[in-house]
Amino acid sequence: MVPESYYVVLSAVLFSIGVVGVVIRRNPLVIFMSIELMLNAANLALVAFGQRFGNLDGQAVVFFVMAVAAAEVAVGLAIIVTIFRVRRRLSVDDLSIMRW
Amino acid sequence: MAHVAFFAIAAIAVASALGLILRPNAIHGALFLVVNLGSVAALYLTLGAEFLAAAQVIVYAGAIMVLFVFAIMVLIPGKEETGPDPRRGARLVAVPVGALLLLLLVIAVGGRWSGPRGPAGPSGSAGAVGRLLFTNYLFPFELTSVLLLAAMVGVLLLARRRA
Repeated sequence: MVPESYYVVLSAVLFSIGVVGVVIRRNPLVIFMSIELMLNAANLALVAFGQRFGNLDGQAVVFFVMAVAAAEVAVGLAIIVTIFRVRRRLSVDDLSIMRW
Repeated sequence: MAHVAFFAIAAIAVASALGLILRPNAIHGALFLVVNLGSVAALYLTLGAEFLAAAQVIVYAGAIMVLFVFAIMVLIPGKEETGPDPRRGARLVAVPVGALLLLLLVIAVGGRWSGPRGPAGPSGSAGAVGRLLFTNYLFPFELTSVLLLAAMVGVLLLARRRA
């Protein structure tokens, strides 16, 4: 059987790729997808931990993370669509209005 | 055999994640993300979490990615991220910082999980996970329905066209 540490290391790799994606991309949709990638990596680690401890609680938590991610995507995409409707451009560098 | 399957799926997952963040076209990124979510679902299967693998394909690769592709189709008329990047230097710093983060994560979390695999965990079938969700996790489960309702109402409010 494959040790759980392999799954945890793979999860760390996917999470780091997601972090780099959030920083280097300018399209808010791609940034959003990178956040989904990070959530997914965390889910994978949770399932691996639950398997290691021999109970199902990790899988229950992953179920809730999926539900929250679905709500987050719906609200986030609605916000992006609203911003696009007002500004007609789609780059995070333009959205500095709330920065001091 | 299990090792071969794990490394094959892991290679697909990492390659599709890199494709997501490196391809300039957002729709290609969405398709790479679908591949990534599918490979993670396969990894859930190798961990014995059958219910989560099915939920992953239905919720993520189905519902969420349809939303993403729809938003990309609506919002992006053609090429995106054209022209030179005004902050290229600052963004290139992200790569070594990401590598450092990966190193720290592996040292902090991965190292102490080495050693042989523990005793075989319980089956993650729909019955077992459902029984847990409706007993120990009943209150969070009901809260999730409130959260989804709030998200739905909020999206309707945001998408309403102001006259």
